[in-house]
Amino acid sequence: MEINDQLAVNISNLGFHYQGNDGVVFSGLNLQVKKGERFGLFGPNGAGKTTLLSLMTGLLSPAEGSIQLLGMDVHKHHNAVNKLFGFVPQDFSFYQELSPVENMEFYGAWAGLNKQQIKTKTDELLHILGLENVRDKQVEKFSGGMKRRVNLAIGVMHNPAILILDEPTVGVDVQTRYAIINYLIELNNNGTTLIYTSHQLSEAQGLCNETALIDDGKIVAHGHIDTLLTEHKQDSLEHLFLELTGKEYRNDV
Amino acid sequence: MFKLWATIVKDSRILWRDGVGLALMFVMPIVLVIVITDIQNSTFQLINKNKLPVLVCNRDTGTSGKQLVEAINKIGMFSISELPRGQDEKMIADSMKKTDALMAVIIPVDFTRKVMAKSKTTAGKALTSFGLQADSAQKDLGDVSPLTLYYNPVLQESLRLSVKGALQSALQLVESRQTLRTLYFDINEKPLPSKLEGEMLNNKAVINDLPVSVNGSLKPPNAAQHNVPSWTIFAMFFVIMSLGGSIVREKTSGSFIRLKTLPTNYLVGMLSKQITYVGVTIIQAIVIFSIGIWLFPLINLPGLNLPQDVFGLFVVTVLSGWCAVSYAIMVGVFAETHQQSNGFGAISIVILAAIGGLMVPTFTMDTSLKAIANVSPMHLCLQAYYGLFLENGKLGNVIGYLIPLVGITLGFQLIAIWGLKRKNLI
Repeated sequence: MEINDQLAVNISNLGFHYQGNDGVVFSGLNLQVKKGERFGLFGPNGAGKTTLLSLMTGLLSPAEGSIQLLGMDVHKHHNAVNKLFGFVPQDFSFYQELSPVENMEFYGAWAGLNKQQIKTKTDELLHILGLENVRDKQVEKFSGGMKRRVNLAIGVMHNPAILILDEPTVGVDVQTRYAIINYLIELNNNGTTLIYTSHQLSEAQGLCNETALIDDGKIVAHGHIDTLLTEHKQDSLEHLFLELTGKEYRNDV
Repeated sequence: MFKLWATIVKDSRILWRDGVGLALMFVMPIVLVIVITDIQNSTFQLINKNKLPVLVCNRDTGTSGKQLVEAINKIGMFSISELPRGQDEKMIADSMKKTDALMAVIIPVDFTRKVMAKSKTTAGKALTSFGLQADSAQKDLGDVSPLTLYYNPVLQESLRLSVKGALQSALQLVESRQTLRTLYFDINEKPLPSKLEGEMLNNKAVINDLPVSVNGSLKPPNAAQHNVPSWTIFAMFFVIMSLGGSIVREKTSGSFIRLKTLPTNYLVGMLSKQITYVGVTIIQAIVIFSIGIWLFPLINLPGLNLPQDVFGLFVVTVLSGWCAVSYAIMVGVFAETHQQSNGFGAISIVILAAIGGLMVPTFTMDTSLKAIANVSPMHLCLQAYYGLFLENGKLGNVIGYLIPLVGITLGFQLIAIWGLKRKNLI
């Protein structure tokens, strides 16, 4: 396969289905994300967004095709690729019995950082994300917004080249959303490629420059947001979304 | 190494904050070991010191009935309360309830007459066989009327049988004495001298019971030597309540997803859990052994004597703990929920303890169950501990139990790794 050193993500001819489930999630899917982009992946419930992120992060293995992050095959070079990206799952992915500092000490070590790097990065991130005064308190007592910030802090500890975020602002107040989005933009300005999913399309429109709309395992639109809005004569990402995916309820079982 | 250390620190912190898990792993087994040792010790004291309360209703008016009561008294294991001879069965049952007596013995009305008649018949037969003339006028009145033993159904069968055996020996003494007196009188036409009677009846061979030990020590094991190792093993396997739940929580919460996206193999996490929790099992053993050594004597329980081979004790403790932790990890890997892990974990530990001989000795089991017990992990741990604590053996003497124990432990580990791979977790 030809390696394009301008691509952060290169998905080609991807096929996937869940074991014991006859339905095909993806078949022949192709998608490229350039380095340095703020890329939004949107779609209704059950469209395949979380499955695609799981395949990109190596949590699931494709039946066919390949996924490369910065030119390296995710499934062939699992450990090497894992150093390149950070993942902020939709669920709170840390130990609620521990404090933010204790979580970051542990996850930092697993990300390959040494003791000094962990300390420096922990102090920096807790300051940026406004968690300094609760750094030694158990996370289980935190509000949802504070937990979201801890979730994000752990995901970026090792300065990943690509940051994959699955609905990072779900259930948070306006202040927390503002802080998280601003921090993501700052990260992107420093060279981190963002891959982001959300149902908050107005928020996404402000954050992302490139987007792909996915429905029923297929990409129904892909390109720069402004270009797509112009092409489809829509004034917002939300209207574009409804035009391309319809207004019917989606029951994701 | 730093990753492993960071993971051990993380696991230790989570464990330290799991108050319920710590209570289950430490408080519960400590309470168990004290209560069970106290109960077993009380059973021993009941027979040897406190004496078993028994009601005796002597309906016989002759000498043999009185002699039988004296003989029962002399056994030394009963505290006798005599009931008026006119009491019927219902009144005796009521008296048992009122006095908390577990048993009542009824000596029948014609006891002396029957004992006398029986002794004359037996003496006559003996004289005839010696070639002497017997009293031909004596009729055979048949066997001595049976004594009746009422017992409270709560009394365990083993204790009831040992009481029955003791009564039987008292009865035999009364019958033998009377036969001997009759025989002596028929031959010598004068009563049997009491000194000779005493020598003939009481001069019995003594039984010396000695424990078998590897180093020839004759110190008899006490209830603490039996119970402390048993319940220490039980405590070790109870780490499943904390460890199994911790693995399930890690799997079902998002933390596991993030771990899978980091450049570290989850086997590091598994190794950390083993080191942390084997450490916990060693602490459990130290705490429970310390209670046996220092606390038991303060609360009038027999103190625990440590085996001579302390290194052997350490090795057996580490391997028992490793087996317990491996079992907990295996259950945690396959359980889908915290409830499954805790429910299955607790029940399976009780079953393993029963099969392994922690609750009932394996020598009382039938052949098929005994065969299962011989390959059950708790039984192997227990036999290794008993080899050190009860037989004063060394590590070399119990290695035969430790090799299969390590084999079972590795089996648990392989099944856990297979489970992790099957679930796409490593």
